[in-house]
Amino acid sequence: MTAKFDYAPAPESRDILDLAPSYGLFINGEFTDGSGTAFKTVNPATEEVLAEVAEANAADVDAAVKAARKAFRTWSRMPGTERAKYLFRIARIIQERSRELAVCESLDNGKPIKESRDVDVPIVAAHFFYHAGWADKLAYAVPGRPDPQPLGVAGQVIPWNFPLLMLAWKVAPALACGNTVVLKPAETTPLTALLFAEICQQADLPPGVVNIVTGAGTTGQAVVAHPDVDKVAFTGSTDVGKMIARAVAGTDKRVTLELGGKAANVVFDDAPLDQAVEGVVNGIFFNQGHVCCAGSRLLLQESVAEEFLARLKRRMGTLRVGDPLDKNTDIGAINSAEQLARITDLAATGEAEGAGRWSPECDLPSQGFWFPPTLFTNVSQAHRIAREEIFGPVLSVLTFRTPAEAVEKANNTPYGLSAGVWTDKGSRILWMAERLRAGVVWANTFNKFDPASPFGGYRESGYGREGGRHGLEGYLK
Amino acid sequence: MSRIDVRKTHKLFIGGAFPRSESGHSYPVHDAKGAFVANAALASRKDARDAVAAARKAFGGWAGRTAYNRGQVVYRIAEVMEDRKPQFVDAVTMSEGVGKAVAGRTVDAAIDRLVWYAGWADKYAQVVGGGNPVSGPFFNLSSPEPTGVVAVLAPQGSSLLGLVSVVAPVIVTGNTCVVAASADRPLPAVTVAEVLATSDVPGGVVNILTGSLDRTAPTLASHMDVNAVDLVGLAGDPQTAAALEEAAADNLKRVRRAPAAEPDWTQEPGLDSLTAFTETKTVWHPIGI
Amino acid sequence: MTAGLNDAAASESSLRQFLHGLPGVDQVGADQRAASLATRSIKTSAKEFAIDLAIRMVDLTTLEGQDTAGKVRALASKAIHPDPADPSCPSVAAVCVYPDMVATAREVLGDRPINVASVATAFPSGRAALDIKLADTTDAVEAGADEIDMVIDRGAFLTGRYQQVYDEIVAVKEACRRADGSRAHLKVIFETGELQTYDNVRRASWLAMLAGADFIKTSTGKVQPAATLPVTMVMLEAVRDFRDAGGAMVGVKPAGGIRTTKDAIKYLVVVNEVAGPDWLDPDWFRFGASTLLNDLLMQRTKLRTGRYSGPDYFTLD
Repeated sequence: MTAKFDYAPAPESRDILDLAPSYGLFINGEFTDGSGTAFKTVNPATEEVLAEVAEANAADVDAAVKAARKAFRTWSRMPGTERAKYLFRIARIIQERSRELAVCESLDNGKPIKESRDVDVPIVAAHFFYHAGWADKLAYAVPGRPDPQPLGVAGQVIPWNFPLLMLAWKVAPALACGNTVVLKPAETTPLTALLFAEICQQADLPPGVVNIVTGAGTTGQAVVAHPDVDKVAFTGSTDVGKMIARAVAGTDKRVTLELGGKAANVVFDDAPLDQAVEGVVNGIFFNQGHVCCAGSRLLLQESVAEEFLARLKRRMGTLRVGDPLDKNTDIGAINSAEQLARITDLAATGEAEGAGRWSPECDLPSQGFWFPPTLFTNVSQAHRIAREEIFGPVLSVLTFRTPAEAVEKANNTPYGLSAGVWTDKGSRILWMAERLRAGVVWANTFNKFDPASPFGGYRESGYGREGGRHGLEGYLK
Repeated sequence: MSRIDVRKTHKLFIGGAFPRSESGHSYPVHDAKGAFVANAALASRKDARDAVAAARKAFGGWAGRTAYNRGQVVYRIAEVMEDRKPQFVDAVTMSEGVGKAVAGRTVDAAIDRLVWYAGWADKYAQVVGGGNPVSGPFFNLSSPEPTGVVAVLAPQGSSLLGLVSVVAPVIVTGNTCVVAASADRPLPAVTVAEVLATSDVPGGVVNILTGSLDRTAPTLASHMDVNAVDLVGLAGDPQTAAALEEAAADNLKRVRRAPAAEPDWTQEPGLDSLTAFTETKTVWHPIGI
Repeated sequence: MTAGLNDAAASESSLRQFLHGLPGVDQVGADQRAASLATRSIKTSAKEFAIDLAIRMVDLTTLEGQDTAGKVRALASKAIHPDPADPSCPSVAAVCVYPDMVATAREVLGDRPINVASVATAFPSGRAALDIKLADTTDAVEAGADEIDMVIDRGAFLTGRYQQVYDEIVAVKEACRRADGSRAHLKVIFETGELQTYDNVRRASWLAMLAGADFIKTSTGKVQPAATLPVTMVMLEAVRDFRDAGGAMVGVKPAGGIRTTKDAIKYLVVVNEVAGPDWLDPDWFRFGASTLLNDLLMQRTKLRTGRYSGPDYFTLD
C-alpha cells in the first residue's frame, strides 16, 4: 500500500552560465588565440560539445612564461598587504559567481551539482580567503626563515577531477607568496579555469600574474620543461609525476607533486557502523571515485565483515546515478571515454581474477560516459584491483583479523596519500594513525579537505604539501 | 727494536656489524700528502643492497622510539666521540691535511653538531607541526614523520664534520640511512662507525659504505626501497647529480640536490636539514559527544 | 522476537551488556549524513506526494494546561477536514491530547479512521510512582484512546537503571490492554533533548523496542531541543536494524519543532533513504506537531493553484 517516493527531476538551471562558443588562451591579462590546434570540450553526461578551446603550443607557453616573468618583478615586490587584497577580491568574486562556477564545473566535468555547489566551489573560495591572509604574514610562515622570498614563475599543471579546486590549491598559495603563475588546466575540463581568467580580469589582477594555457600533455610538458619556470606544481598520475621528476633533474626547479593513491579505509568491529558505511561510500563514490585520495581499498575486520557488507550494499542501493545537474544526483558521469575504458578494463580484470563483483540495480543513461557504483569482494592483495589506482567508483574489499595485519595490508602499496580508520577506541585510532604511512589519515571520517590542512603524500603519492602553513613552503625560498 | 704497531682493518658498517666488502675488494687510502695509509673496503652494489636491507629492517623500531630516546641516543654518540677525540683529530689531520689545531676545532664542531641535533629530537615536531584550525568540528593535527630509508652521499671534502652534519639530522628525526662516505677520505667515517657501534645506536640505523661512489651511488639512487637521497656528496658534479636525481625519480625519492660547492659546515645548518627527510602527516578526527 | 533478542532482555546484566554493545554513533558523521539528506530537492510530483503523505502522518497535537473541550473539538474537526475548502485533502493520522480530553476528541471524530492518542505516565516529566503512571494510562485507554504516548524515566535511564525503564514500558504496555483483550498502541517518548547523545538515543530505542514499544518517539515538545533530523535518523536506523535482527517493525515519531513543509519533507527523505519505503506510511511514521499542518496546507494549495497562499486562508487550530 505504500506508494513509492519517487524524487521528481530537480535540475539546476543552466541559464546562469553563458559559455562562449570558443575560448582563447589567457596570457598577460588578455584572451589571445592559441597557435596549436583548437580542441572541443564536451559534457561527459551527454557528449554535447560545450565549447572550443585553444591549444597552447611551445611558443604560446613561452609567451605566457615571459608575461609571468615580467609580472613577477612588480608582483613580488608589491607589499603583501596589497597582494592580499587582490586575493580577497578574487575570493569574493568566486562567492558571487559561485552558482555559475558550480554549473560550469558539473557540465564540463560530470560531477554532481551538489558536490560542485556544496564542496568544490565553497572550498575554492575558502582557499583564496585563507591564502589572502598569509600574503602579508610570510615572515611567520617558515620557522627559522624570517625573510622568505618567492621563487619566481610557477608552472602548474592540474587534473580534471577537481578542475577549479585544484586551480585554487595551486594559484592561491603561489600568488600569496609573491610568485606568478602559468597554469595548464586538464584537456577535458578547461572551462572553469577560463572563467577564473575572467574573474582575474574582474578583480583587476595585474596582467601576467595569472596566465592560463589550455591544451593536452604536450602543452603541460612545455610548461614543466620551460627553462624560465622556477617552480613546478603538478597534480595528476604517478606516471606523469615520475616523468616530471626526471625532467627537472639537474635543474634548480622546485617541485611539488600530488599524485595517485590506493588508500585503505580500515573498519574495525567496534566502529560506529552507520557512519563508517557513510565514510566508505563517501570515500569511494564521492566525485565518481575520481579522487586521488579515494578510499579504494576497504579493509574490514573479519568479525564484522559480513554485517558491514550487508549495510554497505543496502546503502549503495540508495545512490542516485544520473544527470550531474540534477540536485539529487549522488554519482555523476565519468569524465571521459578514455577514463571509462580504463575503469571498465580494470573492473573486468577484477572479475577475471576471481573477485566477486556487485553493483546495485541502476539505470544508466544511454548517452555519455557512465559506470555504476561497484564493489568487489574476496579481493586479495595480489589482485590488480587491490594494487592499481582505478580512479573510478570501484571499491575493493579485503579483510583482516588484527590491527597489526590491518596496518601491514594498508601500507603494502607503493602509494601513501591517505588512509581511513574507523573504531570507537581512542588509543587504537592513534596507534593506527601513527603506523599508517600516508600523508592524510582520516579517523572516523573521510575525504575532508580544508585550506588550513596540509595535503600530500608519502612515497609514490608525491612530495610536498598543499594547504596550510606547510603548503606555503613550496612557494618560498 | 721499536714495537711494531697493530694496524686496523677498515671495514664497512652494515646492520651493526663490520663486514668486509662481499666483493672482497679494497682500495688504498692515502693521506692528504699522498702517502699510503691503509686499505679500505671497496663497497660493491651488493653491499649497498645489503645496507639498504639493514636500514629498512631497523626503520620501524627506530622510528617508533620516543623522540626523547632518539635525542638521548644521538647525544650518546657525541659523548663517545668526545672520549675518542684524539683519534678523530688524528683521522681528520691525516684525511684533510689540516693542522692539529684546525682538526681539533673540526672535531669539536662535529661533536657540538651532534649535541645540537640531539636537542632537536623532541622539539622540531613542535616547531614544524601543529594544529590546523579547519572549518568544521574536527581535530586536525599535522606532525612530521621520518620518510624512511635515506641514502646519504656524504661530503667528499669535510670527512667528519660534514659527515656528522648530514647523518645526524636524518637519524634524529627517525629515519635510517645508508651513508656513502667520502671516497678519498673514508677513515674518519670508519671511526665514526666504531663510535656508533659502541654507543646506543641500534644496528642498521646508520650503515656506512666506503669506496667509490660510482659503484654505490647509482645503486642507492635507483633502489626502489630507498625513500630519499641526499646528493650533497656530489657538490660540484652536476652531471652525476642530475643522473642520480633522474634515477631517483623511479620511485619518487625525496631528493636533496647537490650544491654547486660544498657548504661551509661550520655554519649552523637550520631546519631544512631536518625537514628535508620528513613527511607531514595530518590526522583528522571528528569532535562530538 | 528471535531468541537472540529475547536473551538480550533476560536479565539486568544481559540488557546492560546488550545496550552497551550496540555500535556507537559518531555525532559529527551522523549530523553530516542528516544534513546531506536534507539537501535533497523534492519538487513537483514528488512534493505533492510528500505533502499529502505528511498530512496523513500528522498527530495533530495540543498539550497545554489551557486546553479546553472547545479547543479539542476544534482540533478534532480540523483533523477530519484539514482544508475544508478542498475535499481532496486527506485527514491526519491522529489527534494527540491529555487523557482528560480523550473522550471529547473521540466524540468529534466518531468512528472515522482517525486515532486519538493520549499522552500518559505523568507526562511530560514522568516523575511519579509507577502505580500513578499505570492509572494514568488506564484512564486514557478507558476513555477511548487508541494510542498511548508514554514517557520514559530519563533519570533511571541516565543512571543506567535500564531494567527499571524496561519494566515500566512492559507494565505500561500491559495497562494499554482493554477489557476486550485488544490493546492501545504504545508510543515510547525518550525526550532525546535530555538524553543528549546519539549513543543514548540508540540505546533508548533498542531498550524500548525490546520492551515491546509499537512506536518510538523523540520528544514531549516541552524540552528543547525537541525532534531533530539526526536524532530521528538514529531512531530510524534503530527500527530498521531491529527488524533486520528479527524484531517487530516499529514506528517512529519525531515530535516538537517541525513547523514547515520543508522540514517535514526532509524527514520523509530520511525515512525513505535510511529506514526504507516500508516506513513511508502513517502506520509507521508520524509527525507530532501543531503548526506544521497549516504550512503543509499552504504549500499544498500553492502546488495546486500556482500561487502562494496566506495564513488567513486556513483555520486556526
